[in-house]
Amino acid sequence: MTPPGVEAAITVEGLHKHFGKVHALRGIDLKVRRGEFFGLLGPNGAGKSTLINILAGLTRANAGRALICGHDVVGAYRQARRALGVVPQEIVFDPFFTVREVLAIQAGYFGLKGDDNKRWREELLTTLALADKGCANMRSLSGGMKRRVLIAQALVHRPQVVILDEPTAGVDVELRASLWAFVRRLHAEGHTIVLTTHYLEEAESLCDRIAIMKDGQITALDTKEALLRRALRKTLCVTTLDPVAVLPPALLAKVRRQTENHLEFSLQKGTDSIPEVLEALRASGHVVVDLTTEQADLEDVFLELTQRRQ
Amino acid sequence: MTGFSTLFYKEILRFYKVAFQTILAPVVTALLYLLVFASTFKGRTGALPGVPYVAFLVPGLMMMSMIQNAFANSSSSLIQSKIAGNLIFILLSPLSTLEFFLAFVGAAVVRAMCVAVGVYVAAILFVSVPVHHPFFLVAFGLLGSAALGALGVIAGVWAERFDQLAGFQNFVVVPLSFLSGVFYSLRALPPVWRALSKVNPLLYMIDGFRYGFFGTSDVPPLVSLGVVAGFLVAVSLLALALVGRGYRLRN
Repeated sequence: MTPPGVEAAITVEGLHKHFGKVHALRGIDLKVRRGEFFGLLGPNGAGKSTLINILAGLTRANAGRALICGHDVVGAYRQARRALGVVPQEIVFDPFFTVREVLAIQAGYFGLKGDDNKRWREELLTTLALADKGCANMRSLSGGMKRRVLIAQALVHRPQVVILDEPTAGVDVELRASLWAFVRRLHAEGHTIVLTTHYLEEAESLCDRIAIMKDGQITALDTKEALLRRALRKTLCVTTLDPVAVLPPALLAKVRRQTENHLEFSLQKGTDSIPEVLEALRASGHVVVDLTTEQADLEDVFLELTQRRQ
Repeated sequence: MTGFSTLFYKEILRFYKVAFQTILAPVVTALLYLLVFASTFKGRTGALPGVPYVAFLVPGLMMMSMIQNAFANSSSSLIQSKIAGNLIFILLSPLSTLEFFLAFVGAAVVRAMCVAVGVYVAAILFVSVPVHHPFFLVAFGLLGSAALGALGVIAGVWAERFDQLAGFQNFVVVPLSFLSGVFYSLRALPPVWRALSKVNPLLYMIDGFRYGFFGTSDVPPLVSLGVVAGFLVAVSLLALALVGRGYRLRN
């Protein structure tokens, strides 16, 4: 918990946003604590980017308010923007400038000058493996390098809160690993990290708390462990001695996959029991030689929460 | 550097890096106009008493170049940044509406001045153009290019596609700059056209700027200065309102 008297990193209250007839955000309430690694998940069109754009001051809400470290993103936009760094989803760059120029200009927008900030910019270049590209024009960089420059630009003013909007979309495995190592380091240094991603295993391994959005609303907001406990189903994998030609009727609705003598059952927590499945197989003459169970992961929870009302 | 000075510097650096296109090309264009008109109307007396026609042309061509380049600088920078998406880096910064506006307009004025100096230096190789009133020269140069820089901000904010901006430039700025007395004196026009010309604010920029060189003009210079200053205030207020609201920027 954020201690009493200390402002949350992000506070969102009653946020609504309309784009014409589309009600993109339908009353979002959210608090992200200082120092938290927070995941914001949801299918395309759920409203994640709209919410981020409002926090960043790139879009204005129709109702409600948003604060970064206690600063209103509209009323106290200067302080709010100084406290926030955003890595945008799209790879965008200014083709007129070199990497070092881009970083110096971005720092200058925040009124930062002098050797201290220059050293920090060089450190960012080194950490993000861009030191040898400092004098290269942005146009000449690969997609992955441009993505790293975007991260450096977002961090050039050492913001307390860093929002990464799908930073690993289209990024190769090696770069993704180095990027997460860097983000983990930022988190360890005390930065609040907000992450949106479609790679749910990333959110599962990194985030302390996760909000799941759907249709402009937050449908779930909890710790990762609590969300995983919400999973309604678990998987039972069974190997039989002989191939199963005909399944007992009681198991037909539960089987998810079957290849000769290997069966995969999707079981409802609380109502379906593993001994009953095993007993039904034994009663129909099959000998079980091996079995494993798999607990639900974040992807299962995500799908359950986002598809429940469809 | 402050946020404002950084954006101002960045906008200057942006046109400086392509100076061949942004400075040299307009100077050459103005020089071509001058050479063609000079050879066509060689020996002809000017539209102003005692001023040779070729000399008469020089301030008009300078101001026309300033008008067009000031507009082009702010408008093209904004539309390119909007379409490429890199405007986000400015919008994410703590820059105020006024800082944003002044930086774009300031850089537009600097480019306009560079072009004007280039045209003047090239022109005096062919014709003598003495300066009578430096104050008016500088005042009209600054206010005129600032007004068109502000108009460029409006166009750049409003336009969502390159063709919309090209339409604004080709159907508003270029006609108004050509029909503002660059090539003729107001007194040479029929009464109807003279009356119509007087609603064109660019006419007062060129007429006043010309006064700075020759000490004579169609409209009293202080009247022209008032009109140009009024136009600058009007377009600046509109531009500030649009940027402040985030019109087509923060949506």
